Amino acid sequence: MIRKTAIQAAIALSIATSGAAFAETITIATVNNGDMVRMQGYTDTFTAQTGIDVEWVTLEENVLRQRVTTDITTKGGAFDIMTIGMYETPIWGSNGWLVSLDDLSAEYDAADILPAMAGGLSHDGTLFAAPFYGESSMVMYRTDLMEKAGLEMPDAPSWAFIAKAAREMTDRDNDINGICLRGKAGWGEGGAFITAMSNSFGARWFDENWDAQFDTREWSDTLNFYVNMMEDAGPAGYATNGFNENLSLFQQGKCGMWIDATVAASFVTNPNDSTVADKVGFTLAPDNGLGVRSNWLWAWALAIPAGTQKEASAKQFIEWATSKDYIELVAANEGWANVPPGARQSLYANPDYQAVPFAQKTLDSILSADPTNSTVDPSPYVGVQFAAIPEFAGIATEVSQEFSAAYAGQQTVAEALAKAQAITNDAMEAAGYR
Amino acid sequence: MARAVTTQRKAFNTLLAWGIGLGIFFPILWTILTSFKTEGQAIADPPLFLMFDWTLENYAVVQERSDYMKFLTNSVVIAGGSTLLGILIAIPAAWSMAFVPSKRTKDILLWMLSTKMLPAVGVLYPIYLLFIELGILDTRTGLVVVLMLINLPIIVWMLYTYFREIPSEILEAARMDGASLKSEILYVLTPMAIPGIASTILLNFILAWNEAFWTLNLTAAKAAPLTAFIASYSSPEGLFYAKLSAASTMAIAPILILGWFSQKQLVRGLTFGAVK
Repeated sequence: MIRKTAIQAAIALSIATSGAAFAETITIATVNNGDMVRMQGYTDTFTAQTGIDVEWVTLEENVLRQRVTTDITTKGGAFDIMTIGMYETPIWGSNGWLVSLDDLSAEYDAADILPAMAGGLSHDGTLFAAPFYGESSMVMYRTDLMEKAGLEMPDAPSWAFIAKAAREMTDRDNDINGICLRGKAGWGEGGAFITAMSNSFGARWFDENWDAQFDTREWSDTLNFYVNMMEDAGPAGYATNGFNENLSLFQQGKCGMWIDATVAASFVTNPNDSTVADKVGFTLAPDNGLGVRSNWLWAWALAIPAGTQKEASAKQFIEWATSKDYIELVAANEGWANVPPGARQSLYANPDYQAVPFAQKTLDSILSADPTNSTVDPSPYVGVQFAAIPEFAGIATEVSQEFSAAYAGQQTVAEALAKAQAITNDAMEAAGYR
Repeated sequence: MARAVTTQRKAFNTLLAWGIGLGIFFPILWTILTSFKTEGQAIADPPLFLMFDWTLENYAVVQERSDYMKFLTNSVVIAGGSTLLGILIAIPAAWSMAFVPSKRTKDILLWMLSTKMLPAVGVLYPIYLLFIELGILDTRTGLVVVLMLINLPIIVWMLYTYFREIPSEILEAARMDGASLKSEILYVLTPMAIPGIASTILLNFILAWNEAFWTLNLTAAKAAPLTAFIASYSSPEGLFYAKLSAASTMAIAPILILGWFSQKQLVRGLTFGAVK
């Protein structure tokens, strides 16, 4: 009798325990962008498959960055999965703050992740975040305005061509700006653009001794070229324009060209929001004949903070959200143009996806960016539009503020570069690099 | 003798007051209007004021994506809880400063206010670590305590100002009649200071409702109030202005309605003692 009761108790306990396991809830911090929001809509599918509930904390990108950084550096444990980018992943991975994702299942097919993405989300060969979607930057241009200007966009344009086309396409009377580019202060806004652009001009943030390089001719050429082109062909107030402002201008037909994130392609070709949806062409970001293009590389990826009590469930979610099956799920419900791009090689081998107008140029752009070799002259850092060191975000934000002040005419390019040089060298010295 | 005011002067003052009032209210009005536009109409140039196809689509999307009631409940509990707790602590503190002042009372009041000058981010890490240690990260209790603490100097200052307007002889008379300290505060002081206490409660409720730094940094999924609800619709990479406006309108609606109904009380309390 006692034995029977004991067995019944054990069974009851095991059922209760397994029930509790199934009822586990994971908390995910993420950014508010189209692909991430779409993923939240499919959470019920994941819960139905696994029994794991998901709670979302969606925040604006900069707020999210501050929030998850506070939590991971204090081992707060508020989140089981964090959405982070290529900048944070190698730094946090090297600090031991993230769980390794090298043991994902065979069905997941980690080898299918685009090498550029896997490389940027790894440290010492260990994958610390799985890319949900990846992006580079490319030229989006108005085919009708290009034709009107009597020009033909090359597959791989130079900066000289872009500047010429921008000036030709500009029509101030009809409120058409030849080119729209980011000028807004912030290391992830205008700072990212000008850094990627400077790579193609042969500039770099640091030499091999971590000395700032803003006093070089290459940086002067970059900034002067940018300012002159924008003065002639850019929109008024470009110094405060970021992604959203330029997207708005382009969708309203007020930009001849826009060089920005590849994910913008789906926005500008969406007839519900864009007045020029059927007149947009895509091509690679320009270069200057030095062997490096001006496109960046970025991924929003899912990572697990070390110390979470729900590591197994978190890994299950990451496998699901970044899987080939998830891509199929979105394609079946919302069409191939809406699947998260830039993460898996197999997506670009899919004939259905190849029919999407911006698919090939997105892939070409991603493949042409190399975070481990992003500058013409050798540099000691990893990253295309950033240097993957903890100090970079703070320094680059200050530097980009100086650049934006120059764009706004509050100081000269030479003054902005001199200040950038001093800011960077001071910070690097304080941090012990020099 | 009162100075005669001409009709033109009255009309000018009225127009000026309306102009300033509308100028202050315009951003809120624009947010409300944008919430009824499509994303395309929200960024239209020239901007569309009233002549557009009004839609409730953004509200439907926000409602579908987010659990509004959860955020609202958290806001009510956090703002209400921190305000009430603050009032409970501040009434005795303000009483002692107003009626039994020491030679350091003024210094203490100034010191209390000076804590408001500290940039919040400067103490984020210590408070975050304390919250982890105490196990109150992402809890309403934790936020009630923090918001009470950051608003306490203002509550004490406001109550102190109101209490100073009450003649101390009345309290002395109550004491002479044998009232205890508790009875003196509860049955004599508090009823006389009701307008001041009410406006203090209202103002601090609004401050706590709108507080974004701590509510965003000390919450995750469970205790997040409406400030986090709004933040979830802001994006630097994607035009979601209409949805963001719908979320903002839903977040400010309760406090706008509360402010509308209690404006008389609020103005009366804020101008209490302003005119001798």
